[in-house]
Parts: sequence; structure tokens; C-alpha cells
Amino acid sequence: MSEPSWVPIGRAADVPLLEGRSVRFGPRRVAVFRLPGGWAAVEQACPHAGGPLSDGIVADTCVTCPLHGWRFDLGTGARVGGSERLATFAVRERDGLLELRAEAEAGLALDEAA
Amino acid sequence: VNRVVRIRPTVEMPEATSDRGAHADAAARRHAVAMPVPDSILVVGGGIAGHAVCEQLTTRRPGARVTLVCAEPRLPYDRVSLGRLLAGEEAAALQLRPDDWYADRGIAVRTGVKVAALDPGAGTASLEGGEALRFDRAVLCTGSGALVPPIPGIRSEGVHVFRGPEDCAAILDAAVRGSRAAVIGGGLLGLEAAYGLAGLGCPVTVVHLMDRLMERQLDGPAAALLAPAIEALGIEVLLDHGTEEILIDARDRVRGLRFAGGRELACQLVVAAIGIRAETTLARNTGLAVERGIVVDDRMVSSHPRVLAVGECAQHRGVVHGIVAPIHDQAAVAARTLCGEDAVYAGSVPAAKLKVMGVDLVAAGLAEGPRAVAVADEVAGTYRKLIVQDGRAAGIVLLGDTRGTELLLDAVRTGAPVDDALGLLAEASQASAADLPDGAQVCNCNGVCKGAIVEAIREQGLGSTPEVVAVTRAGAGCGSCKPVVAELLAIERGSAVEAATYLCPCRRQTREELAGVVRDQAIESVSELSAACGAGRDCGACKPALAYLVSEVCGNRHREERHARYINDRVHANIQRDGTFSVIPRMRGGVTTPDELRRIADVADKYEVPMVKVTGGQRIDLLGVRKEQLPAIWEELGMPSGHAYAKAVRTVKTCVGTSFCRFGLGDSIELGVELERAMEGLYTPHKVKSSVSGCPRNCAESYVKDIGLVAVEGGWEVYVGGAAGATVRKGDLLARVDAPEDAKRLALAFLQHYREQAEYLERTYGYLERVGIEAVRAAVLDSEQQAALLERYRIAKSAADPDPWRERHAPVNPKQFAELDSESELVGPPTGAAR
Repeated sequence: MSEPSWVPIGRAADVPLLEGRSVRFGPRRVAVFRLPGGWAAVEQACPHAGGPLSDGIVADTCVTCPLHGWRFDLGTGARVGGSERLATFAVRERDGLLELRAEAEAGLALDEAA
Repeated sequence: VNRVVRIRPTVEMPEATSDRGAHADAAARRHAVAMPVPDSILVVGGGIAGHAVCEQLTTRRPGARVTLVCAEPRLPYDRVSLGRLLAGEEAAALQLRPDDWYADRGIAVRTGVKVAALDPGAGTASLEGGEALRFDRAVLCTGSGALVPPIPGIRSEGVHVFRGPEDCAAILDAAVRGSRAAVIGGGLLGLEAAYGLAGLGCPVTVVHLMDRLMERQLDGPAAALLAPAIEALGIEVLLDHGTEEILIDARDRVRGLRFAGGRELACQLVVAAIGIRAETTLARNTGLAVERGIVVDDRMVSSHPRVLAVGECAQHRGVVHGIVAPIHDQAAVAARTLCGEDAVYAGSVPAAKLKVMGVDLVAAGLAEGPRAVAVADEVAGTYRKLIVQDGRAAGIVLLGDTRGTELLLDAVRTGAPVDDALGLLAEASQASAADLPDGAQVCNCNGVCKGAIVEAIREQGLGSTPEVVAVTRAGAGCGSCKPVVAELLAIERGSAVEAATYLCPCRRQTREELAGVVRDQAIESVSELSAACGAGRDCGACKPALAYLVSEVCGNRHREERHARYINDRVHANIQRDGTFSVIPRMRGGVTTPDELRRIADVADKYEVPMVKVTGGQRIDLLGVRKEQLPAIWEELGMPSGHAYAKAVRTVKTCVGTSFCRFGLGDSIELGVELERAMEGLYTPHKVKSSVSGCPRNCAESYVKDIGLVAVEGGWEVYVGGAAGATVRKGDLLARVDAPEDAKRLALAFLQHYREQAEYLERTYGYLERVGIEAVRAAVLDSEQQAALLERYRIAKSAADPDPWRERHAPVNPKQFAELDSESELVGPPTGAAR
């Protein structure tokens, strides 16, 4: 297995605390969130009706979709009170830049330095 | 009867997840008292029945080891209220108990997975995917599925059933406004589906095979009155129509129905709601005795002693129930059987309520019988009938006038002796909750009787209807019994206690309590408030409510935290279903100029805005705008924000009044523009729509606005609490005054009163319904209180941002209007023009 490679996706300063922003990453968009304890990244489109999760309200470690209120745990990608699961991505901050790990599946995608 | 429950504490229950397992163990230890602990119980099916069994079991025996396996990808929800999803409610709102409830009771829950096979002899169940669970006893609550009529075309695109949230979502997707819908089936379910579709703006036809609606519950005269009541809702009713074929177009989409006899009906959407069929596949494969349902005895035990069945999948004494009330009776008996008690289920009296607004209908027991008395008023459309069999109450049909429902239902349930049937009908129409016997069932959805409600109020010191609903579950289903719950509370506690409504279930604090914390500790932000009184948990749903509360108490001199605001209030535009936004500039009183219209047209051209539309509030809406385009569009419009995305003062509509109209009595345009200027920029518990009409012809629809002013001969009338949305309500007349300045002052005092007193997301009509116009008059018309309200209004208004769109020049963060990989379009320097 090759070394995981990290892909820069933007400036950390562009994501305010407890908010999210989206970015294209490979074939899909990924929503990146700044939590008090570090970073989290999940797929951008809500599995319900495609709502933009980066525009959702963040509380605790969950985001609520702005369209119809589906709620997901940002650590696991699991829907609260449901069985749907978002893809999660490993994300880290390096020298003010955000990076996503190019490899597939990741668990709680917190900044290793945090 | 032998004691069938054995105590085998050594058998370990496999747990769904480690943390829930830990919870269960802890709970089991905590409750390890002298009471015999039932064996490990597997409940198969997460519907109302499965939930009821879990609740009954863990209430009787805290610490019982229960695993609930739900095939649907969600926790148990109130399927009875499915129609509410078509009215725009979220599926999550129907969830019977919050996520934590299951963990707190030590119930391990698996959602989104089916039990593939059951081996009662070995005590094992295998889940889809291969995992095995062990159990001592299993309760099958597999419910039922929609009965799909075997007619050609039934599988085509555009044909739906009405059974779960997924069906509702599909119907909502398909119900494009104006597309014609047909509902096959004129029973309870079909009528509720038709009502939901009509609410979506679809012309609806109910197609029924029989010669009358709801023939299982109603007699001929009641059904004859029901049909016109349904038609009055704009729903067409076709009786005696058997559907022979669903017609499809070249792309396999529904285009109509063909009936026996050849007649056709064009429609683009079909909902099949002809009934339900017990889901017994698992039971059959397990080798249990199954007829129309899983055959159970009076203890709810199936043909295998280790397996019970409850709910719509169960057949008891030859009867399979398809409504909710018997489920609770059965679940209670099943729980007692599992606890080793001798319990007997002797059947239930079926009772049904139609949940269609404006059509009150209750039917229970027999609809026809050897002796019956009926009181009918064909003009008023009311019908009250009591059926008597062998000298005892055996059935009721109440249509249009359902007074005394609980008393009559209780008489039918208990088979009360009836000598004077007409007398009982008359007595019931005058009965209050105080007259009900303790055993009378108040909530049919959750099977809660009066005695249990009164006991809970007394012993737990409950002080508000929401508390009583949360503790007893009475009123948590379709909600039709909530007035009785409130009445019982008032009888028990006096009328002054109705206060506590928690701001959010995630924090057990009321709005007043939280406002007190903000004042006492001089809190200026949501984070500080959360830290000061949070329980360490925060659901996110209440952050906008807290943000409003902090801003209101601080008179808009708070520290703004955008993460606590909904996306609309972060980018000052209304998010649409595809993630784009809508832009509505302010156009006070609905008055614009050729110059503004030119700029709007230029912007629409330049940015290729997909849709330009005139709104109901006399504004112009630019729809389909990308987030990145917002700042540049605002700049080029040169008009302030219309706040059409916020819980805030929205619009003041006007008619032309004395400026042009030959009937005008007052200058509605001038007053409307002034009122809008005075109110704009203020945030409110929910949106506030206003209007000013120049005469009682009411061309600006002032009677159905949150605040509506109407010029009358010699003065102005001020109406508040009107609505013409999902709820239609004529506003209450607050006062009649002489001069336009007085009308404006009253409107502002009311606005401030509403801003301070209403719950978040409570519209003025809900607030007025809750507190009554007299309470509002007392607060707003009293000269001293009015002066104080107006002073606080001025303080809030002076610090309110009249135009958040100016953030285009000074974004609150670098990517306020963009994503990580996009930039917002460029905005020129502030011009200061056109303000």
C-alpha cells in the first residue's frame, strides 16, 4: 500500500469556527468543518435531497442539513436517528492550508496536530 | 396458567453497539431489585406496536433486557400522523421518543435492518447480513404493508402508496403544483392522503369502489354528509368507480385512470390507498400459525410459546385490527405476559378519527345496529348517532359535532347500559373533562386514560400541557385530544399554571428562564448563553432561537455569532431546494419606480437569473441565484434587503387607497410605506407579514395578516394575528382608532409585544390563539405599558441593521459568499447612492 498523499484544498482561515465550506475533491464535493476540537470533512450532498451540508448549522459534533433538517455526526458520518452514512474524509491543517487525504475511508477526521 | 417466563440471567444479550450495551448493563444493574427480571426480549419491528411493547415492558420492569430491531432506517415514529409530512413537517418530528430515551431505558436498538430468520426453539434470530441475536422470547410487531390493487399499470412511474415517510417524500416530489392527482380508495387513509395532496395545491379526485365513503366505519346518512364536506375542501369524490387500468404514456408515466364502463380520468399522480395487509412473511417462514394475521391467543402468544405478536400483524379471535388504539391494549397484555403475569386481551372496540382539518369525524364500534338514535342537521352538516345493542352502548358516529367524544367512547368501550339513548347523546354534548370517568380513554393514539393523566399531573406536579403530553404521551399522536389534556390540567391545577414550554427539548428551560439568564448575567452572545446554562449538549436546532432571544433581550446590542444563524441569515438570501438562493429587494408598500424596475431587469439579464417572479407580498423575486453572485447582484440593484429570507418583518402590502381608488377612505400607500420603514430590519420570533387596506373591501387582505390596518369611515381598524397560509385565521380586532398615526403606534406596540412574548417560531396567529386577544389588548392598549413597549421598540430599532446586504462591502469572514474553491463576484466600492 502506498503512502497516503495529502491534497491541499484551501486556506484554513477561510472556514470560520463552527461553520463549513465545500470544495471539489475528485468526483464529488466535500464539506469541511471547523470544530472546536479540530477539523472534520464529509461528503457535501445530503443523501436525502442533495442539500448542501456545508451550509448547515453545526452544534456539538453534528451538522443539520439546511433543507430538511437531517442531522449527521461529523465524526462518523452517521445520520442521527437513521441508518444513512456519509462518506468521511481525513482532513488536516498544515501551515495554514487545509489538506484532504487522497485515500479512501477515514474515521474521525480530526487534525492530527490538534 | 403456567408461569412461562423463566429467569435465566446467565444468557447474555448481544448488544447493538458498545455504548448502548454499556447503558443497558448499567440500567440492569441499577434496577437489579427483588422484582423478577424478565428474560432477554427481542422485539421485531419498529412501528407503533414495537415501540409500545418496549415502553410497556420497560415501564413494568425497569432493567428488562430488550433489543428492538427496526426494518425502517429510523426510530419508531407516529405513522398515524403520516399526513402531516405532506403538510411540510419533517419525518423527525413524528419520532415517538427521542434517541436518548431508548438508551436511558437500556433498550438496544438496531435500525435499517430486517430479521431474516427466526428459530424460536434455539432462541436465535439472524439479521440480514448474517449477524445472529439470541433471545428468550420474541415479540413480532411486523405491522402491515400497503395493499396494492392488482390492476394493470400499478407499477408505473407516478403511482405511489401512502405508508411511510419515503412514500410521502416521493409524493411530495411528484406533486408538482397543479398536477392532477387521483387517490384510489375512499377510506380513512385515502381521505387523509387526498387532504394532504389538496394542501399541496393539486386538484385531487378520490376514486372509491363502494357507493359511500368510509363504509367500514360509517352508516349511509353519515357517509352522505361526509362526501360534500370533503368536496368542500376542493376534493372531487367519485363513488361506485372501480379502477380497471392505470393508463400510461409513451415514457411509462401515469397519464390517467380508466374505470369499469370505459370512462377515463386524466391525472399525473396516483396514490393507491385501498387498505393494508398484515406483514407475516417472517412468521410464515418461522412456521407459526398464520391466517390473515399471525394467530395469537388471549395472552398475545402465537402458536410457538416463545413468540408473541402484537399490532396489525396479529390475528386475535379472528380479528386483525388496522388502527392504532387496539395496539396499545395488545402491547400492555403482551408486556404483562412477558413479565409472567396472567393477562387477558379480550379484544378492542375499533375507534377511528379522521384527521382532516375542518371535517370532525369520530366513529367507534358498530355503525348500525338493532336500535339507534341519531340527531342530524343536514344544513349544518352535523350528525350524531348512538347505536345500542342488548341495552348497552355499542357504537357511535359523530360527524361535524364531536362534543362529548371521550364520554361516548367510554360508554361504547365499557358497554355501558343505556336506557335513554337520546338523553345520553344530549348529556355528552354538554360534558366537560371533569365528567369523564377515570377509566375513559382520552388519547386513542397512545391509549391513555383520564385517570393516568390526572395521576401524572398530581404526583409529578406537572404544570403545562407540553409537560403532560411528554410524560403521559396523551396528545402526542394526532393531537386531537390536546384540548381535553389542557382541560384536565386546568381542572387539577387551576388555570394559572399553563406556562412552561421548553425552548428546546435539548435544554429543559423555558424562553423566560433563558431570557432571565441573559439579563441577570449580562450575556451578549449565544456561546455565553450556552455556557451559562447548557447541559453540555446542544442539538443545533435551537441555536437560531437562542440567537433571536439574545438579540431581543439585548435590544440588538448583542455580539453576533453567525454560526448560530441559519444559512439564510449568514448570506441574507433564501436557500432553495437546489442550494441556490432567491433575492428579494425591499419595495416598501409594494411601490416601485421605473428606474428600480430597469435595474432589476438589467440584473436579471446580466446574471441570467433563471426566474423572475412577483411574490404574494407585492415584491419581485429573483430566483436561482448562486451564492457567489449575491454581493454583485445587490450592488447593481442598489436597493436594500427585503429580509424575505429571515424570521423578521417581511412586507407591508398596500392597496392604492385614496391616492387613486374611488372607494378609498384612507391613504393606505402612505401609511403602508411609513409602517414598513418603521418596522423593517427588526427580527421577530417568526416572519411578520403586514398590510394596509384603504377601505373595508380589503384589497390588501389586511384581515389575514399578522398585522393588518384597514381604513374605515372616520378612522382605522387594527387587526392582529391573521393568517392565510397553512392555517387560515381572520385577525382579531385589536382596536379602532381615529388617526393613521394612532394605527401605526398600535401596530408598533403590538409588534414589540409579540417580539418579547411569543415563543420562537410561533406566528402571531398561534400566539393570539394561545393567549387570547384580551391579554394582548391589556398589554398593548394600556397607556403606561404601551409607552414602555414603544420605548423598547425604539431602542431595538435604533440598533437594528436596516440593510444586511451592505455586508457585500465588508464581509464578516473572507468566504462569506463563497466556497473554498470559489470566489464571490466583484463588488465595486460603496456608492452611498440609492438608499
